[in-house]
Amino acid sequence: MGILVVGLNHKTASVDIRERLAFNGPKLEEGLRGLHALPDVHEAALLSTCNRVEIYASVRAADSAADQIKEYLAAFHGAPRAEFEASLYCHVDADAIRHVFRVAASLDSMVVGEPQILGQLKDTFDYALTRKTTGIILNRLMKKAISTAKRVRNETHIAENAVSISFAAVELARKIFTELSTKAVMLLGAGEMAELAARHLVTNGVQNIRIANRTYERCCELAEEFCGMPVRFDDYLSQMVNVDILICSTGAPTYVLLKDQMQKIMRERRNRPVFIIDISVPRNIDPAINDLDNVYLYHVDDLQQVVDTNKQERQKEAAKAEEIIHEEVGKFERWLASLDSVPLIVALRDKATGIKQDELEKFVAKHPGLDQQTIAEIDYLLSAVVNKMLHYPTVALKETNGDRDAVLSVVKKIYGLNGDDDE
Amino acid sequence: MGTLFFEFALTCYFAATIIGIIDLFRGQKEPSPIVVWITAAGFMLHLAAIIIRYAVAGQIPITSMHESASFFAWCTALIYLVLHFRYRIGILGSFIIPLIFLIMLASAMLPRVIKPLTPALQSSWLLFHTTFAFLGFAAFTVAFGVGVMYLIQEHHLKAKRLTGLFQRLPDIQVLDEISYRLITFGFPLLTLAIITGALWAQDAWGTYWRWDPKETWSLITWIIYAMVLHIRLVVGWRGRRAALLCIVGFLAVLFTFFGVNFLLKSVHSF
Repeated sequence: MGILVVGLNHKTASVDIRERLAFNGPKLEEGLRGLHALPDVHEAALLSTCNRVEIYASVRAADSAADQIKEYLAAFHGAPRAEFEASLYCHVDADAIRHVFRVAASLDSMVVGEPQILGQLKDTFDYALTRKTTGIILNRLMKKAISTAKRVRNETHIAENAVSISFAAVELARKIFTELSTKAVMLLGAGEMAELAARHLVTNGVQNIRIANRTYERCCELAEEFCGMPVRFDDYLSQMVNVDILICSTGAPTYVLLKDQMQKIMRERRNRPVFIIDISVPRNIDPAINDLDNVYLYHVDDLQQVVDTNKQERQKEAAKAEEIIHEEVGKFERWLASLDSVPLIVALRDKATGIKQDELEKFVAKHPGLDQQTIAEIDYLLSAVVNKMLHYPTVALKETNGDRDAVLSVVKKIYGLNGDDDE
Repeated sequence: MGTLFFEFALTCYFAATIIGIIDLFRGQKEPSPIVVWITAAGFMLHLAAIIIRYAVAGQIPITSMHESASFFAWCTALIYLVLHFRYRIGILGSFIIPLIFLIMLASAMLPRVIKPLTPALQSSWLLFHTTFAFLGFAAFTVAFGVGVMYLIQEHHLKAKRLTGLFQRLPDIQVLDEISYRLITFGFPLLTLAIITGALWAQDAWGTYWRWDPKETWSLITWIIYAMVLHIRLVVGWRGRRAALLCIVGFLAVLFTFFGVNFLLKSVHSF
């Protein structure tokens, strides 16, 4: 009995291979049923996203099951095994558990800490659950993966702080302004990054957006895209009085906004705060402007630095997360081991013998007149009852086919032998 | 009995101060909500202490430095609690509660004897004059704490250090707004306190204004906050400079309340 993960992700496989092996739409159900039907696979779940394809299974023998799964993948997708086998990874038992926990906690993601993967993983297992391809092992693995991911999110800062420049800009804007929806943004010049930042601001509530561009056509184009207002490029200085967030990316060789110009603007604005993002290289905004009160100037390099710091923070947090996962994997392994029938039979016998011994001693203590002979006979009688009572559960536990896992968990439950400490 | 409640309240403020300060250095997402609840408990116990003292003394318990400092702390706690539930800024307590605790501690260290009021001062002016004055002072005290928060957050933004405390302090605009609102709340109260004080003086001593140090310093404080409001409304000073003025104003409040009594001679016994 073991847990097996076979899969590939953005790190191990190219987009081609990922697309080739993806289980989209109706293929998902068919694929899941096919995998579940493999001779050595006991329980199965199948995850397929644009970044990863993974098969989670509880198996009789890891090696042969892995082989069957690979063979099945080749047959199902009509792809020669040699083509994708190098991109696949196989994790068994503790490694497999760790892998599932790491995926759930978003440590294995392209952007560490991004939250979508947990939802996708949940869907995967719910899907398998409703199609009855999972049993007690994978169900519990999923439950624990979710709780581990939650622990990681609560106990570390892994999902905090922006890790892209445009998000960092929005995050900063939120620390300067209380309400973004009432703020006016001006996009001065255009460029991929500037547009992306503007788009993020719009999704975060900004409604009033002005576009100034040297070429009027481009200006109108962008204005339409953002539902903004085109502004003549020469007017940008006079517009600044009403602009709270300026995104500048003009490609001009010199500064387009100087400190004394800004000083005048601030007086006219009555010092209402301004957030300026300069995405141009070379700089378009005089860096001395940052010295003015209520003006916050960030160059793209500053934002990059913020992002880098945030990424480093995430790495640090990831180390903490690994410790949490290590702990949880240990717990899960102990539970898994307790599923094994031999220790359970021993525990069952120990428990029964213990009860018998306790009751016998209490009885002897209550009746001081008993001689050794009688005590031995009572002991014999009790042992016989205990052994007869334990006979059927023992036989059921030793059976290796059928619903052995279910029997194990029922026996543990009704005899109060759940070694599981957190339930 | 009243003393016991007073000590309980002091203990609550102390506990909340410690937890609040620890919160500042903890990299946790949200400061523990326990801080505000302990303060609220302290606030209720404190109220009980004031009411009991009123019953025991038979006069409004704002007649000595001990009593008025205690009332000052209570007003500050009141304003803090209102702000907390209005704006839901968890980290606010870490900056305000230590101030409440320090004022309370000052009160605890001052002599607690109940001195009967001289007949000249026994009038209902006492209630109005002191309530206005201390609510105004309390608003300025909280504005000081918020101003400090503003300056820290502004420094983070300017220096581009965006980790740690930066993440947990709110945006600077809301801090600026809160401190402005507190001053627009506190300023009219201080004005009323000075007016009622003058009327009371006329009533008790026959002159409106005697350039007593307490009166002089109240006027200085009043002028500073008048400047804060004036410059903001007319010139549009806001943000850092407004926050700095708030800090200067608070120093004047402290001197008016504590300094005058300990360093200068005044007819005010509190």
